[in-house]
Parts: sequence; structure tokens; C-alpha cells
Amino acid sequence: MDEKRVHTGRYFMMGNVACAEGALAAGCEFAAGYPITPATEIANHLAEKLPRVGGAFFQMEDEISSIAAVIGASWAGKKAMTVTSGPGISLMLENIGFAIGVETPCVIVNVQRGAPTTGMPTIGIQGDMVQAKHGSHGDYEIIALCPSSPQEMFDHTVIAFNYAERYRTPVFLLSDAFVGHMREEVVIPEAEKIETVYRNIPEPGTDPLKVKGFLDEDVAPMPIFGKGFKAHVTSSCHDEYGKRNLIDISALDKFVRRLSNKILKHKEEITLVERDYEDAEIVLVSYGGVSRAAAAAASQARKRGIPVGTLRLITVWPFPGEEIEKMARKTKQVIVLENNLGQVYPYIKAEAAHFAEVSFLPPKLVGEIQDPEDILKKIEEVSK
Amino acid sequence: MNELVHPYHCFIRPTVTHTTFCPGCGDGTVAQSILRAIDGLGMDMDDFVFVSGIGCAAWIPSPFFNADVLHTTHGRPIAFAFGIKMGLPDKKVMVVSGDGDLVAIGGNHLIQNARRNIEMTVICVNNGIYGMTGGQAAPTTPMGVKTTTTPYGTFENFFEDISGLVIAAGASFVARWTTAHPRQLTNSIKKAIQKKGFAFIEVLSQCPVQFGRKMGTGNAVQMLEDYKKRSISIKEAKKLSPEELRDRIVVGEFVDLDKPEMVEEVTRMIRRASGEVQEVVDAGRG
Repeated sequence: MDEKRVHTGRYFMMGNVACAEGALAAGCEFAAGYPITPATEIANHLAEKLPRVGGAFFQMEDEISSIAAVIGASWAGKKAMTVTSGPGISLMLENIGFAIGVETPCVIVNVQRGAPTTGMPTIGIQGDMVQAKHGSHGDYEIIALCPSSPQEMFDHTVIAFNYAERYRTPVFLLSDAFVGHMREEVVIPEAEKIETVYRNIPEPGTDPLKVKGFLDEDVAPMPIFGKGFKAHVTSSCHDEYGKRNLIDISALDKFVRRLSNKILKHKEEITLVERDYEDAEIVLVSYGGVSRAAAAAASQARKRGIPVGTLRLITVWPFPGEEIEKMARKTKQVIVLENNLGQVYPYIKAEAAHFAEVSFLPPKLVGEIQDPEDILKKIEEVSK
Repeated sequence: MNELVHPYHCFIRPTVTHTTFCPGCGDGTVAQSILRAIDGLGMDMDDFVFVSGIGCAAWIPSPFFNADVLHTTHGRPIAFAFGIKMGLPDKKVMVVSGDGDLVAIGGNHLIQNARRNIEMTVICVNNGIYGMTGGQAAPTTPMGVKTTTTPYGTFENFFEDISGLVIAAGASFVARWTTAHPRQLTNSIKKAIQKKGFAFIEVLSQCPVQFGRKMGTGNAVQMLEDYKKRSISIKEAKKLSPEELRDRIVVGEFVDLDKPEMVEEVTRMIRRASGEVQEVVDAGRG
């Protein structure tokens, strides 16, 4: 990887800037977006740094065109991303479905803010968790990662690009205003220590009629434009060759199932979690910025002699149900913590409730991460 | 015995066996004009990436053209084409879609990219109706006309001059023809492909099934004759008053000018930012 892209060193850095640095290190060449708080620092930083390595950030007329341009650039062979917040994602959803349907690698950063609607732009909440999974119409699988620190804003952006390229799919980075605007130590490793992945493409010179560029559960090579593959890329129901089929239900079944299975089949490789619940009778399950409070509360509780552990979801989608079950089998009480009114909670409960008592601790005020003291109170309450 | 093969059959995707257009549709004329232009310029389908939206006209390149084709969501083909052009600046990017796609739901992408003057060819097939969904009113449907969503007649003012909109937005090449002018259309498409800038061609195209039959404007032949009768060149139109021009179709090349083109400007910016060339302050460019 180009040394100019990787700015090795130890920094005191804002999460959003770390995200942009991660994108550079991952090989991002094209970014498009529309100004929105609290994601603008990523766009600003990319606009400054991308041209220095031959790329560019483009400010589009809206978020719909931003994601459209990103998908177009990806089909032109470029590693591409967009950055926005909830209102922008709401506008992008149709084209995110398009990207899934035609298997387009791209990274979508959502620095979540107070919602619904225009909400409260500078306050971080985890309000768009289910939107990422179910926002676009139809059945589909998506990959979403939840960073909890500026360091992870860097690390997870690199992983997001690698997943996008490996599985030919949009990948969400679900951050929020707290993590995005947080300033902490960020260590950028040396270039050779950062793994980067580029999509498989068909062998140059392959007969276009023989290019099976779609609907392979083990990820078809991408017949990117400009290489003579004569790719017919349509988001309407199509077969392995990209040929449109609007009359045969079995073609639709394959279209839906294979796209989903492409992600589900590789769930184990995609799933990232942080487990710290050995011998714990109570496990705090959380993700993103909230997990910092959960870790603090668990440590306090252990000091008081209560066996409390944590499970942090880094990959929230595809939902790591197996990890939840594994944890629930070993514990008695599960407390779910999110900075929302319980979006991922029903998914966790569905997997865990057969083995353990599951409860939800909402934030005292939506938009305010749970105070470790309040978490401790809840722990004491359930441990009685 | 020699098999008779259409001279442009080689441009058609080998897996395509039949057309999906209704009998009498103007889309075939537009498709052939595009292919004649490409052939006339001595170009290859691999020199192009085609992008289309949703609607009948969007099916002209998808699946028929044997090339890289991205068939996108409704209204957004120009926005997708933006990313493709930036990623493959040496390829010709051509958007083919209808009036509903490009001017109604996708109107802002048309305006903004004409303003940017990014190099691409946009062919807007204007049939004045939503054909694929069954004859609903479009922003281009003349006022008072009965459609399936306006059973008592449309009550909205309509876009009489899409080309004027694109000219005002800043495109470097703008032309309007009808499907009764295939030769002129082909020549303008040739110019549009070669233009360093945003090149827009509006083609009035007959929809005998959803428009002609319901509005009583007749079959394909009658509609083409009507286009011929109503069309007037830009030069001749200048001699007439707005009153005399009512219900006439002004055809020709309205704009063909040279101005800064976006891909070139981006390349220049990247060269400066990456230190490949020294930053020069150009006082002449405000």
C-alpha cells in the first residue's frame, strides 16, 4: 500500500478524522456525500486528503446522488464510500438496495444523530440500527460494524472496506455523534501491517457470454466496467449472467436467497465480538459508545464482588445470534444496553431468553449514554 | 443462401431475441440513431458505458446494447453516470432515459450535472406520458389532456421546453429533434458523443399505445406526420411571434459551445493537490 495513504504514527485524533484516515489506508479512491452534521469532518478530511493520492471527494446535490455516484464509481473499479447521518441514510435507502441487488462493494458511514426526522444533530444516539438492516425494501442481508472509539473509527473503516470488497456488498459503519466527535489516542500502524482487500474480477479476455458475474453464494467475480466484459448490470431480478428475468418466480427466489446466503454463509468470518464474560452470572450486552459505560460498570461490579461480564457486538449485522446463544448458555442474567429505546434488544432477547433472564436498560434520557452508576443499580437489582 | 442480417445487429447483445417495445414505438428509431452515430464515428461498443433509469426508453440500452450497461433506479441514471465517468474518464458515458425519469423524479440530477458540465451524453426520449406504467400524466403532458391519473384532464402547467431548462443550467451542447428526424438526430448524437462537456439531446418520440390511442392523436404514422407538420427549425422559428409558435416544435441544435468541463477540472485539481504540478493562481478565472 502507498506510503502516502498511511500516515503511520500516534495521534490525538477525532473519531471522524480517524475514519477518513482509515478510508485512505484502506485504499479508498472515490468519495461522495452531502454536508450533514455530525459527519462533515469525515467529508472535509477526505476532500483535503484524497486528491493528494489521486482520488477525490465530490459534494453532490443530495444523498440520493451521493450513493448513486459511489455505486457508479465502484462499477468503474474504484474503492468508494459515502459519509452521512440518519437523514441522509433515509434518502439513500432505495439505492442501497440497488447496491445489494447488483452486488456493489461500497462503504456507507452513518454517524448517527438525535432522531427521528431532523432531530438533534449534535447528539449521538443509536437510532438507526434497524434501519441499516431493514430500511430498504425486500429481504436482504447487510454488514454493519459499530466502532466505540476513535481508534476503532480507523480500524473498522479498514475492515469495512475489506468486507465490502470481499463480499461485494455495501458495508455500514454505524458510528454516532459521540464516537465521531470523540478525541482520543489513535495509533496508525505501518502500511505493511494493514491488510487491504480488492474485489475479484473475471480473468481479462474472458468471453463476455461466459462471465458469471452474479448470484454466487461464494461471491462471483465482479465484471467491472471498462474491461470488455460487456456487463449487463440490472437491479431487476436477474440470473448469474446478469440477464433480466421478470416472469419466473424461481428466478426471483434465487435472486433473494442467494444474495442473502452470500452474507449468511460467511457469517462466522464476518462476525466480530469482544467477549469478557468468563464465569459471569450477569452479562452486559452492548455495542458502540455504550459499551464503554458497560465495561466501566462491569469493572465496578466485580470490585464489589458481583460476577459481571460483558459481550460487545462489533458486527451487529448479520446478527451474531450464535454468539448471543453461546453467552446466554453460560450465564443467568443478560442486561442489554443501547442508546435508544431497544432496537437490537428484541433480536438479543430472541436468542438469549431460552437460557437466561433478559432485560433492557434504556438510557435515562435518550441521547445520554447510560451512567455506569445507573448500570450498577440495575446489576444490583437483577442480582438480588 | 446468405442469411440476411441487419447491419447493426453486431451491436445487439447476443442473448437478446426480441424487442420489448410496443408496435409503433419511437424507441426503435432512437436506438438505431444511437447505433448509427457510434458506427458512423468508427467507434466500438467497448468505448462506451451506457446508463439508464426506469421507463420504456431506459430499455433501449438495457439489455439491447452489447456493452457495459448499468440499469439504475428511477430518476437517478445521471447520478450513477457521474461516478462511472469519474472512475473511467477515458470512456464515453451515455445516459438514455425518458422524460419522466430525467425531468420529473430525476430533474435535479439533470440540472446539477448540466451545471457541472461533466462530459456525458444524455438522451431524453420525450413521449409526454408514463408509458410503462400505463399512461399516467407526466410533467411533459400537455395541459388539459386526459390520462389514467387525470381522468378529467391535467390541471398543471407542463414542461414545453426541457431543452431550454438544460441550456439555462449550463450544458455545452443541447439539441432537440423528433423521431421524424432520424438523420438529423444521428448527426446531433455524433456531435454530442464528441463534445467535451454535458451534451443533452431531447427526442420527441411517439407512444401510440399509451398516448396516441388515448389522446386521439392517432397511430404511429399519424403521430410522425404530426411531428413533421409541427416541427420548425430554430432559424425559421426566430421569424415567428410566440403566438405563431404556439403548438410548434422548434427543432435543431440550440447550443454548441466550449466551456470548462468538470472531469478536466478535477484532473487539474488532483495534479495540483498531489504536487504533480505547482499551484498556479489563475487570476482570469473568477
